[in-house]
Amino acid sequence: MITAEQKPIAEIREMLAPYKRILAVGCASCVAECAAGGQKETAMLASALRMAAKMDGKDVVIEEMTIDRQCVKEFVLLLDDVIDGYDAVLSLGCGAGVQAVADMYPEVPVIPALNTEFIGETKDQGYWTESCLGCGDCMLYYFGGICPLARCSKHLLNGPCGGSMQGRCEVNPDIPCAWQLIVDRLDKSGALERLEMIYPPKDWSLKQGKGPRKIIREDQQK
Amino acid sequence: MNNASRLKGVLEAGRFAVTAECGPPKGANPEVLFQKAEKLKECVDAVNVTDNQTAIVRMSSLAACALLKSAGLDPVLQMVVRDRNRIALQSDILGASALGIRNVLCLSGDHQCFGNQPQAAGVFDLDSIQFLEVVRNMRDRGVILGGETLAAPPDLFIGAAANPFADPVSFRAIRLGKKVRAGAEFIQTQCIYNLDRFEAWLQMASDRGLTEKTCILGGVTPLKSAGIAGYMKSRVSGMDIPDALIKRMEGVPRKDQREEGIRICLETIARLKEMPGVKGVHIMAIEWEDAVARIVEEAGLLPRPAVDEG
Repeated sequence: MITAEQKPIAEIREMLAPYKRILAVGCASCVAECAAGGQKETAMLASALRMAAKMDGKDVVIEEMTIDRQCVKEFVLLLDDVIDGYDAVLSLGCGAGVQAVADMYPEVPVIPALNTEFIGETKDQGYWTESCLGCGDCMLYYFGGICPLARCSKHLLNGPCGGSMQGRCEVNPDIPCAWQLIVDRLDKSGALERLEMIYPPKDWSLKQGKGPRKIIREDQQK
Repeated sequence: MNNASRLKGVLEAGRFAVTAECGPPKGANPEVLFQKAEKLKECVDAVNVTDNQTAIVRMSSLAACALLKSAGLDPVLQMVVRDRNRIALQSDILGASALGIRNVLCLSGDHQCFGNQPQAAGVFDLDSIQFLEVVRNMRDRGVILGGETLAAPPDLFIGAAANPFADPVSFRAIRLGKKVRAGAEFIQTQCIYNLDRFEAWLQMASDRGLTEKTCILGGVTPLKSAGIAGYMKSRVSGMDIPDALIKRMEGVPRKDQREEGIRICLETIARLKEMPGVKGVHIMAIEWEDAVARIVEEAGLLPRPAVDEG
């Protein structure tokens, strides 16, 4: 999933300052899973903003609505019926959600309420970790299901570096050394010889070489 | 100006090589470098010029190498993959060779979070092993990544670093083997304080035939004080300083600790000289260049051999 965290409320309030009627739009997908922009968080943020406005004696209307997927056009269309009543949208979607709404309504200012972080996993309650860079050419097979690009601090394809100590990364002892994990895992499955080969330089053109990426599937189009 | 690598000449002649580290200044004054060069010139075969070490902005390694070359030293250009993508790295390799620099050390580099620019984007487009292979192909096959031919290939003696003390232990020799296969003709190691572990690593390297295929130079750093030793042990990544050594440093009065540090360093070099797989020593006396001349002399490594430098 895409993970995100809420921006500081002061920053959100500064961006919202010029507007009187605001629609806070949550997203029930990834950002709900990471407890940043789902229905519950949207209600809480809207309520906090209303309270802050009231304390400051400001006459501001903040209402809320959560759609299933803010990054999918057919769900964003659900805003059609209500959006005219507002002079700004506060989006609790990820960066894609914010832009999908902005793209749909060119006249309406769309304010991001979240900082989008990474493609990751929910490890435990309140604990998410990064595990994929979206490089466009998955190499997980070679590395025992552990991505060195996403999980090694230096993105080494021929690691580990000299800073791997007792299974921890030199950058921060809280971070497990991805290469220790890779070596352990391949060792366990008797596939350590996979690491004898020199992995060639990554083809980054698949990620960023030709500008923003798109996928076109004619078999999926009507 | 000499046109061949002095370091390569010494190693090929089968002599025990001596290199030292020379960090460029945090500033634009070349005099600082020339002063360091003066101290190192007669007592080492080559000087390693660090590349924004610990991710702290300093005079560029390439420029400092050119200055040291003009002062009559044989510089080893350290290049990290942290700050430059494959375009810039290959371009600097050509530039280095054109400037008469004849040695390169291909490194990953300390992570940018450790330095004074923690907000910097870490590049890491290539890793150190891929970089070694790129430089080797530029030199031996005259091609850049992707296969395009160079009008004139660079002339460089190619090296890499190794940390015998990092984990996973069992994988260290495999990785060294990859570096050698990628093109590392010489290896300079992380500072050696734990000789037992170093010897175990050397044995693994020897078992894989690597000590015959590459020239391993053992890294040493004289300890300045017990306090610094403790700091290095706990804070510098990849450093293995046995407690017994720290106790030994603590056991002498503060004013004599530098002397004790040099003594330990000399004992380490004496051991390294006896190890068949070790072809030289790399002295990293950080901001303590005065110590290098003394260490080299007292280790019985003077005078440095004259070699045909082309």
